[in-house]
Amino acid sequence: MLQKKSNRSRLTTEMSTGSMADIAFLLLIFFLVTTTIQVEKGILHQLPPWTEEEPPEAEKNDRNMFVVLINANDQLLVEGQQMKVDNLKEKSKRFIDNRGKRDDLSDSPDEAVISLQNDRGTSYDMYIQVQNELKAAYNEVRDEWAMQQYGRKMDNLPGPKQDSVKDEYPMKLSEAEPKQTAN
Amino acid sequence: MAQIKKKKERKAPGISTSSLPDIIFILLFFFMVVTVLREMEIKVQNKLPQATELTKLQRKSLVSHIYIGKPKPKYADQLGTAPRLQLNDSFAKLEQIPNYVQTERNTVPAKIADQMTFALKVDQETEMGIVSDVKLKLRKSDALKINYAARKDIDN
Repeated sequence: MLQKKSNRSRLTTEMSTGSMADIAFLLLIFFLVTTTIQVEKGILHQLPPWTEEEPPEAEKNDRNMFVVLINANDQLLVEGQQMKVDNLKEKSKRFIDNRGKRDDLSDSPDEAVISLQNDRGTSYDMYIQVQNELKAAYNEVRDEWAMQQYGRKMDNLPGPKQDSVKDEYPMKLSEAEPKQTAN
Repeated sequence: MAQIKKKKERKAPGISTSSLPDIIFILLFFFMVVTVLREMEIKVQNKLPQATELTKLQRKSLVSHIYIGKPKPKYADQLGTAPRLQLNDSFAKLEQIPNYVQTERNTVPAKIADQMTFALKVDQETEMGIVSDVKLKLRKSDALKINYAARKDIDN
C-alpha cells in the first residue's frame, strides 16, 4: 500500500510571539471602547427623620422664612412674586446673607430657612433646577465668607475650617409635602 | 597629551520592542479590572437632569440605586406610560421600598449601614408625585441620606 511519508521535521518549532502584541492590542482596544468609568454625581440631600405627628406650624418670623413654591406648570413663586429660575440664586443669596439689614429678609444666616413646596405635577427637571440654584446660592455665600475669613475658597480649606463655614451658613431647607392640584 | 579617543559607535541602537507585549498586557489588565459590565438592565427611561452643584459619591459599596421613569418602549405595551419604579432588576411597587432598604443595608457592615446613600436616578420628565412618594417611603424606613443623580451642565 502506498504510504505517505511525513517529511515534516520533528523539531519542535517555537511558537512565534511576534503577533502577541497585536492580539493584546486588539483586546486592549476592545476594553478601552467598552469601558465607561462611572462617576456618580448628584445633589446630596438629607431628609428629615419621619415623625408621626404633624409638623409644627411655622412659628418663625415671616422674615426668616423664604418661601419657594413651584406649581404644576413649572412656574416659580418666590416670596409671593413670580420669578424665573435664573434669578432665584441672586434672590436667595440676598435673603441668606442679609444679616438684619433689610427688615423683610433674614435676621442672620443661622436663622434663615428656605421653605420649598412643589406640586405633584411639577416636573423633576424643574425641581432639580430649583434645588440646584438654592444649593448654588449657599455655596456662593459660603465661598465669599471663606474668602473673607481665610482667604481661600471653601473647597480648598482643611476639614475643620470647612465645618466652621458650614456652621456659619447652615443650609436649612424645609420641604413641605407636595400639594395635589385637581387636573 | 594623553587623549582618550572615543571609540563608541555612532549608530543609535534601536529601541527594543520585546517588552511591548508586557506593557500592553498591563494596560489590558488595568482596563479589564476597571471595566464594569453593567449587570443590571435598566428598564425605565433614564435621562438625568442637568445640574451644576454636584457632589461625587465616594464609596460605591454604600450607594444603592432607585430608578424612576417611564417604562422603556418595549415594556410600554404591558405597563403603559406612567412613570414606574425600578429596584434592582425589576419593576417594583412603592410598598417594596422598605424591604429593599433593609436588604441593601444588610449587605454592608452594621456599623456603617447608616452612611448608606440612596441615589435617586430619576428621568427628567417624571412628575414629582412619584418622587415624593418614594422620598416619603425612604423617610419612613429611616433612609435619610439621598442623592439626586444628575449630570454636569455641558455649557459650564
